[in-house]
Amino acid sequence: MGRRERIVQLVGLAFLLLLPPLATATGQPFYISLFTRILVFALAAVSLDLILGFGGMVSFGHAAFVGIGAYVVGILFFHQFENSTFLGLPGTVNGLVVLPLAAAVSALCALVIGAICLRTRGIGFIMITLAFAQMFFYLFVSLRRYGGDDGIALWGRSEFGGVIDINDNVTFYYLVLAILLGFLVMCRRLVRSRFGMVVRGARDNERRMRALGFPIYRYKLAAFVIAGAGAGLAGALLANATEYVGPAYMTWSRSGEIIVMVVLGGMGTLVGPVFGAAALLLLEDVLAEYTEHWQIVLGPLLLIVVLFARRGLYGLILGRPGGPLRR
Amino acid sequence: MIASAPLLRVDGLHKRFGGLTATDAVSLALAPGELHAVIGPNGAGKTTLIGQLTGEIRPDAGRIGFAGEDITRLAVDVRARRGLARSFQVTSIFAGFTALDNVALAVQAHAGHSFQFWADAGRDAALREPALAMLDRVGLGARGDVPAGNLAHGEQRQLEIAMALATGPSLLLLDEPMAGMGREESSGMVDLLAGLKGDLTILLVEHDMDAVFALADRVTVLVYGRVIATGPPAAIRADPAVRAAYLGETGGGGVGP
Amino acid sequence: MLLLIEQLLNGVQLGVMLFLMAAGLTLVFGIMNMINLAHGSFYMIGAYLTATFTGLFDSFLIALLLALPLAALVGLVVEVIALRTLYRRDHLDQVLATFGLILFFNELVRIIWGPVPVFMNPPALLSGTVEIVPGAPYPAFRLAIIGVGIAVAVFLWVLIARTRTGMLIRAGATNREMVEALGVNVALLYSLVFALGAALAALAGAMAGPILAVQVGMGEQILILTFVVIVIGGIGSIRGAFIGALLVGLVDTFGRVLLPSAFKLFLDPSTADGVGASLSSMSIYILMAAVLFFRPRGLFPAPG
Repeated sequence: MGRRERIVQLVGLAFLLLLPPLATATGQPFYISLFTRILVFALAAVSLDLILGFGGMVSFGHAAFVGIGAYVVGILFFHQFENSTFLGLPGTVNGLVVLPLAAAVSALCALVIGAICLRTRGIGFIMITLAFAQMFFYLFVSLRRYGGDDGIALWGRSEFGGVIDINDNVTFYYLVLAILLGFLVMCRRLVRSRFGMVVRGARDNERRMRALGFPIYRYKLAAFVIAGAGAGLAGALLANATEYVGPAYMTWSRSGEIIVMVVLGGMGTLVGPVFGAAALLLLEDVLAEYTEHWQIVLGPLLLIVVLFARRGLYGLILGRPGGPLRR
Repeated sequence: MIASAPLLRVDGLHKRFGGLTATDAVSLALAPGELHAVIGPNGAGKTTLIGQLTGEIRPDAGRIGFAGEDITRLAVDVRARRGLARSFQVTSIFAGFTALDNVALAVQAHAGHSFQFWADAGRDAALREPALAMLDRVGLGARGDVPAGNLAHGEQRQLEIAMALATGPSLLLLDEPMAGMGREESSGMVDLLAGLKGDLTILLVEHDMDAVFALADRVTVLVYGRVIATGPPAAIRADPAVRAAYLGETGGGGVGP
Repeated sequence: MLLLIEQLLNGVQLGVMLFLMAAGLTLVFGIMNMINLAHGSFYMIGAYLTATFTGLFDSFLIALLLALPLAALVGLVVEVIALRTLYRRDHLDQVLATFGLILFFNELVRIIWGPVPVFMNPPALLSGTVEIVPGAPYPAFRLAIIGVGIAVAVFLWVLIARTRTGMLIRAGATNREMVEALGVNVALLYSLVFALGAALAALAGAMAGPILAVQVGMGEQILILTFVVIVIGGIGSIRGAFIGALLVGLVDTFGRVLLPSAFKLFLDPSTADGVGASLSSMSIYILMAAVLFFRPRGLFPAPG
């Protein structure tokens, strides 16, 4: 890692660590919850970068896994609240149960969906991931028991047996930050490992990978599952952040937004998507103050970014030549 | 050559694309350790033949036997894992990785499964050392850290070979390895291939006739998808049907006197 | 039985509308190898324009005759200005750019027409019912849609299979450089194909207007169904689009009608309702998964 990159990352980390006290001191606690949301979406974006930036898989259904993770939290809360069971299991708001479970359930869904989608490629793959994500959207809309279109309002966040109380915004912020950092560290090792080399090789030249003897399908599927797990975890944290769960979390425009975060921030860099998430959410926040029609600006803006700026914000900051990260 | 069971055995291979017959009842047999060249004018179906041998193209009819087993229906990567390696006519490397990473990946393909998620593959001696050795062997030892996309054309051709060799194959399919190479580079490649003879079984598709006649134990001539002659180089050179096919063809260097 | 016939016709009608959407889009996919997420926007534009012109001129037909060329023109402008550079780019760029277009169009429509859904009545001539089977009256407008759809299918078949333009389109799909070398203006060809697709989508939107609500975001809902159709039918294949569209239309319609009832046979009513409703909304995706399992490239993949 170059010196410039190291400095940029340290500055970014310092900023994130100091944000809560800074925000409180300047009388703007709103920024703590805004940045909590940014970090949650950053987690989703980083998980997408694994398969999109490194694996070259343009999945337009990633928000579905975010939504599934959120609904794990929501449904278990619901049953705990009602004192009923879900498929024989009691409800719970125990964070140590729902967070890992959200990741696991999303991973399982990613396994099934990925197994089908990865049999196609190119335009077909994009369409199918989009279609299946939409399927989940309609599925959750049809579940009237769990709020249907309106979703479920949560009464408080997940509990951690009194050890930490994430109903306090600052505590919750640091928990999310810790999870994001942990995930980034994990992903960094992942992309440099043998597994990561296979996934990246498949993106660079899949034909050659097969000719060398790699059974590509199973590795791509594994990457898809890992990405799904990450997104599910992000979903569970999102549900906690907003104390709400609804099908709106998994619309295809949400999937599009996550892709934008990855590309805007810098594909194939892991850290870039964090910048991308921050940029997009901050931009939406700022634009929304000026006009309710901010989306008409965002549209052409995206077009321009795509057509001209290929290296993303992170690459821009680091002064890199165009293109995703090369080791 | 001692008569032993052929390593590669092709029987009656047939492939049509719409109205065009690319492969017409092609049969071949390669003995272990043999270097067998396949030559023919442009459009003879040489690359289609390689495509069927590697598994990228499914033949309409015929059988391909490798080390005694029928591989006709097997997928590309399965055949590669069984010891069948190939180099591509149009350079097909990992432009985003360094030359060393390219070869290390090839080594990794045959070093068990790759479901290892934590250890840094860039520091894995089990991958790096054989890769470096292979780069040395093809003459790229000093260029390991260069991004493969930045290598000169001839160097990329050498990298192609290194990658194919690094998988530890028993059969090497080379599709015009000397394509686009100058005199000196070609000569280096010929030396390299000469050094591999005997250890490996090689099927060499080439236009460069000097190379072919310097290296080949036997030659098969393919015209319009059909085998018109098979035999030792001297016999092929003298064969009237072969001379007729090449009359007027400039090819790589023309058929010698 | 009568219910069955009515649902059968509904399924065909939905299928026909999906075909109008899918035909243009699958051509763009197959020939230009470009994924266009903004196709649904033409559907929406067609609906809005027709609704507005119907209000202005009090004639559905005149509205159509104005709206369709206008929508095709919009398509042409979009293609020339924004999309031409995307043909040679990778799919991710195309996805992002056309996603940006959707946001733009949705907001533009919202600014011009406002966020409230617009309601459109079917033309007076077709607002009644027709008894094609005695005792089963069926809305005349929906029958007209089926008729129009079949007419378009025939027209497209003749165009692609029997005319020189169609031959060029098919050739351009397999080998752009070759066609260019023959002196054909491929850029113009692509623009025309794109405009045709936009017009067909607008036609679908115009006809959907009286049945569904004309609102922002209507394009995306049908676009995803269109994707399912194309995946099932095979990218680049008009025939696949037709068969796929009918399949999806019928499975979706019958799924919604039959599945809840079927589940009532062996589950208690409330569970049956819940499970049935959920599964019926998923029925076409299950169909898609099943087709992909056996034919990853769809039922009638275009060669090459």
